Amino acid sequence: MFGFITGRRAPQLSKAERFAVATQLQLTWWRFRRHKLAMISGVVVLLFYGLAIAADFLATTDPHATDARTSYIAPQPIHFFDEDGAFRPYVNGLKGVRDPKTFKLIYTIDPNRRTYLQFFAPGYRYSFLGIETDIHLIGLKNPQRGDGIYILGTDLLGRDLWSRLMVATRVSLTIGLIGVSISLFLGVLLGGVSAIYGGVVDTVIQRVIEVVRSMPTIPLWLGLAAALPNSWSVMQIYFAITIIISLLAWTDLARVVRGKFLSLREEDFVMAAELAGASQGRIIFRHMLPSFASHIIAAVSLALPAMIISETSLSFLGLGLRPPAISWGILLQDAQSIQTLALAPWLLASAVPVILVILAFNFLGDGLRDAADPYG
Amino acid sequence: MTTLLEVRGLRKYFPIRKGLLRRVVGQVRAVDGVSFTIRKGETLALVGESGCGKTTVSRCILRALAPSAGAINFSIGGRTVDLAALKRRQLRPLRRHMQMVFQDPYSSLNPRMVVGDIIGEPLLINGMTDRAERRKRVAELMELVQLPAAYLNRFPHAFSGGQRQRIGIARALALNPELIVADEPVSALDVSVQAQILNLMLDLQDRLQLTYLFVAHDLSVVKHVSDRVAVMYVGRIVELAETEALYNRPLHPYTEALLSAAPTPVPGVASNRIVLEREIADPANPPPGCAFHPRCRHAQDRCRQQTPELEEVEPGRWVSCLRARELSLQGIADPA
Repeated sequence: MFGFITGRRAPQLSKAERFAVATQLQLTWWRFRRHKLAMISGVVVLLFYGLAIAADFLATTDPHATDARTSYIAPQPIHFFDEDGAFRPYVNGLKGVRDPKTFKLIYTIDPNRRTYLQFFAPGYRYSFLGIETDIHLIGLKNPQRGDGIYILGTDLLGRDLWSRLMVATRVSLTIGLIGVSISLFLGVLLGGVSAIYGGVVDTVIQRVIEVVRSMPTIPLWLGLAAALPNSWSVMQIYFAITIIISLLAWTDLARVVRGKFLSLREEDFVMAAELAGASQGRIIFRHMLPSFASHIIAAVSLALPAMIISETSLSFLGLGLRPPAISWGILLQDAQSIQTLALAPWLLASAVPVILVILAFNFLGDGLRDAADPYG
Repeated sequence: MTTLLEVRGLRKYFPIRKGLLRRVVGQVRAVDGVSFTIRKGETLALVGESGCGKTTVSRCILRALAPSAGAINFSIGGRTVDLAALKRRQLRPLRRHMQMVFQDPYSSLNPRMVVGDIIGEPLLINGMTDRAERRKRVAELMELVQLPAAYLNRFPHAFSGGQRQRIGIARALALNPELIVADEPVSALDVSVQAQILNLMLDLQDRLQLTYLFVAHDLSVVKHVSDRVAVMYVGRIVELAETEALYNRPLHPYTEALLSAAPTPVPGVASNRIVLEREIADPANPPPGCAFHPRCRHAQDRCRQQTPELEEVEPGRWVSCLRARELSLQGIADPA
């Protein structure tokens, strides 16, 4: 049963001693550390959440600012060194060209012009953790009219894709977190009640879970999203969508929790506590919950990517968040038509973070689950 | 000797539920009318095949399960309480008087608690809230079960099966209980470790005047530790006697078959083992008459119709067999 423990050779006594007094959390961490892919994924996930916190700081241009003249500008590479080899980052400037047919002024990249960049440059105003500021990681040094920095290019309305992607990451990742918190609460509560009370309560909750799970999700989301009033603000829609997604997602967690409760109730150490005269509360909180906390963490890390994908698909289909909100789904919505893709293929860049985050979460969840439960 | 525990007509039925509405379609009669007494300071062994209800009896006595019928009269401090009639809440103050040693030394210790907390938990629950006092008592208990007190801060995963079982015994002893119910305490251990744990239990019994209800399926273990033996078959006691008497001269054909199955310690000596034909009876649907008759080589027609009662055929010897007085059965002679 404990083959991985006894099979482990301790090279010196102090290490064996360290092992003997290691908590379950430490053991889990030691096992997790050996899972390289999961470790890397953990770092990736952390980076993404760091990016979500610092989204406005990393953005270069106001993600909502439209400018018809900068429509569909191709990604502008940042040059870090000039000819002399000195570190002087710059981007090429834009050149206004009059379209001979429409006489419209179109801005394209001019390789002969340079605009130098500056770190911690002032830009649009935003609030970071409650502090009003206008400092951004990079910005233009002495910007002139028409100058801009478009790392990933712009969309039809001339909005900077890089900046929008930063803000979208924040929205999409937090929707996942809030959604998982709600479904975790519902899942632990209903799963726990189901297991502890049993009988009719259990039967009712389990049948409800089956009904909820048997509903086709897209039509249900469609119906619920259509029911949201148009007059609601972006924030209200955001929370409504989060709740809609988590109302379906709690069922998985409820089942995990119920199963764990039922199996733990049969464990001898739980009976030993009961025979010692422990109260129901003590048994649940001191003996049962700590025993499956790690499973819950693993289940959550596997539920998060599902949440993120849900939001992205909903918004992509136009059922979730709506512009002017910015999320990965909304960014991908812009890349829906073949025509757009032919004209501005860089818009597809928004798919990259989605794929990265989902993969990272899945590997992380796998690693956590293996580390928490090496037998299952 | 005074009686510590008297079990009378204990029954535990588990409902069989089927279908969407979970309707009860039958009953598994896990324990079907079991009566016995345990005297203060003795060891009563409860033996039988797996599924005979011996574990259910022990769990009913500890009220980990609620009995369906019957009385469990427990004498504490000069008064007698019927545990079967008490509610969960009323039981809690009484729990300290009887504790359990579990079969599986792995699942019986919470892997997330250090040994000191595991042994100290019963103390904490029962009002010893002072940390230093508790630590002192835990160290005392660890010494009692021959574990170094320095292991206080270790987690169960760092211990062997035998050491874990010692921890389980220390936990059971923490509250100075009168009765210890040991549910196959050594059957999950290596044979070499079994003897150590059994000797420890016997030693503790001497020192602390403990009373044991010892549940087992291994007759050689039982012979070593118990004063009296109760043999169970499909939810009933078929024979109850002093250990020596039961081993030398069993009065029930089932006991005879069980004894013949015990391995002989002398190599080369052929054992004339009685092989029981057919399966053990289904407790959800027991055969009419004596439950053992389909497998009994001495069965007659009346065994198929008449259900035998447990009766005292000789002083201290209880048997539930219609032919107990006619049969002369084979026991195992003491190898010594």
